[in-house]
Amino acid sequence: MTTASQTANNGVNTEALIGARGAFEQAPQAARFTFRSSCDWVEGTYSINKLNGYFGLGQEHEREKTFRIESDHPAVFAAGDRAPTPPEIVLAALASCLTGGVASVAQHRGIQLNAVRATVEGDIDVQGILGMDPDIRNGFSAIRVTFEIDADAGKDDIAALVAQSQKRSAVFDLLTNPTNVAVSLA
Amino acid sequence: MTRISTVIIGAGQAGLAMSRCLTDRAIPHVVLERGEIANSWKTERWNSLRLLTPNWQSRLPGQRYAGPDPDGFMSMPELIRYLETYAADSRAPVEERTRVTSVMRDATGYRVETDRGVWTCDNVVIASGACNIASVPGFAADLPPGIAQITPLSYRSPDRIAPGGVLVVGASATGVQLAAELRLAGHDVILSAGEHIRAPRHYRGRDLQWWMGASGLHDTPITEVDDIDRVRRVPSLQLAGAPGAQFTDLNALQDAGVEIAGRLSGVRDGIASFSGALANLCALSDLKMNRLLATFDAWAESARVPDLPVPERFAPTRVPASPRLALDLRSGRIATVLWATGFQPDHSWLHLPVFDRKRRLIHDGGLVARGLYALGLPFLRRRNSALIDGVGADAAFLADHIAQSRARRAA
Repeated sequence: MTTASQTANNGVNTEALIGARGAFEQAPQAARFTFRSSCDWVEGTYSINKLNGYFGLGQEHEREKTFRIESDHPAVFAAGDRAPTPPEIVLAALASCLTGGVASVAQHRGIQLNAVRATVEGDIDVQGILGMDPDIRNGFSAIRVTFEIDADAGKDDIAALVAQSQKRSAVFDLLTNPTNVAVSLA
Repeated sequence: MTRISTVIIGAGQAGLAMSRCLTDRAIPHVVLERGEIANSWKTERWNSLRLLTPNWQSRLPGQRYAGPDPDGFMSMPELIRYLETYAADSRAPVEERTRVTSVMRDATGYRVETDRGVWTCDNVVIASGACNIASVPGFAADLPPGIAQITPLSYRSPDRIAPGGVLVVGASATGVQLAAELRLAGHDVILSAGEHIRAPRHYRGRDLQWWMGASGLHDTPITEVDDIDRVRRVPSLQLAGAPGAQFTDLNALQDAGVEIAGRLSGVRDGIASFSGALANLCALSDLKMNRLLATFDAWAESARVPDLPVPERFAPTRVPASPRLALDLRSGRIATVLWATGFQPDHSWLHLPVFDRKRRLIHDGGLVARGLYALGLPFLRRRNSALIDGVGADAAFLADHIAQSRARRAA
């Protein structure tokens, strides 16, 4: 199926992931994770997310480091442009999710990666978010991802990496299928 | 109450093959059948269905096709006659119209209760089929009440469903065949496609099933696959049992005027939502087909098969530029939803702790528990275990196992 070389090293610990699959088979409740972000308004459309704790493997986890993701609107919307817009962060999340997936699948299939770049574009008609036309949705009308991959494998095997990474991607699933979202006032 | 060595449940190809193998080994047994011989084929299949394997590939222990059309594909009446003939020639001890209502352990073996009496036995062979129940997603209950919902088990022919549009959900062999048939009959058809695998009926001048058999793929044992749960879930190939239908894939359906949408992900307020991942599923399907063809080519070269036309590759699946993401089921366009979303066996009468957390039967190559066996399930022991041509080898293995157990008990 692949040009398996036992020496492929993409820095992904697939043995641990396969071990986790075995463990979750016995204890499926341990596979239920909850991730969180807490977002503080700063000024205008500028806000800062802090991400640290999450729940998984039946317990709470604290990281050594708290991550920050900032967001703002661009100058053409008369905003401060201090950080990417939220939809751009979604595009970045998709690219990272698929790219990490390519690395994991390649490791599992014994394919050495030399370079991977995903370029993501999303089309959005802002008449939607401005409430000008009810027929235009707020979100992206289309998203395109282009991968450039240099790997020690044939064309079809590389195409199969990209296909399998989509099949197993959380963010790809989030963007291609509906999700129930509950927003409440604390 | 009657005591016997072995009870076989089901008189389809699996139960009849098992009966033949036990008779050959002089092991007393009975075949309990809820209806008549070949009951599921008789009562739970649509009218136009033909087998996906050619007639010559319908080999059973002690029987092979001897008719005039070895390369043809059996219709349901032909298959039913084929199995009835097999049962008669094998003198299979079939008790028809005897529905098993419960199987449980007793002091020495098993107690099999039916609507016509109780059997006790040392061995039970579950040969009651892999497709007793049509799998339907839970959100089927959210469809508007005006929409008719049917499954392939009750579907018969296009003229027996309501006039108007049909949403066919599922793009394996069943879904694509029924979408093609409904479209040909003039229905407006939308096909919702999840994971699927396309394949040509013929490749390099031979039927696909010839390639599957000759190259050894059909005989692949469970010991040679790395994830048996996954391969048991692999969807059936997009094929039809008709020599003229080279492809029954999404391209052929689009050529016929069927609209293709992604996987149906839910229904809310009368609006059906489809996944936006269709392009990737089509790419996966093309990759899998090409990998299969490359496997055939490599085998043909190493086996030095003479007089084969050169390898060929087929145009990729055409994905609509922007497949629909939503469909208003109250608009009147769709009158019927046909759930071609898979099948599962019915083991509700099996009162034993032999199921996993998703209530799938746990077995090791057909061995469920001491004296309890399963037969005729997907990839039971080999890739073709659920095919007529493959069930015989599995039946012979289980019959040998039963014979050895009897010998040990007698010793």
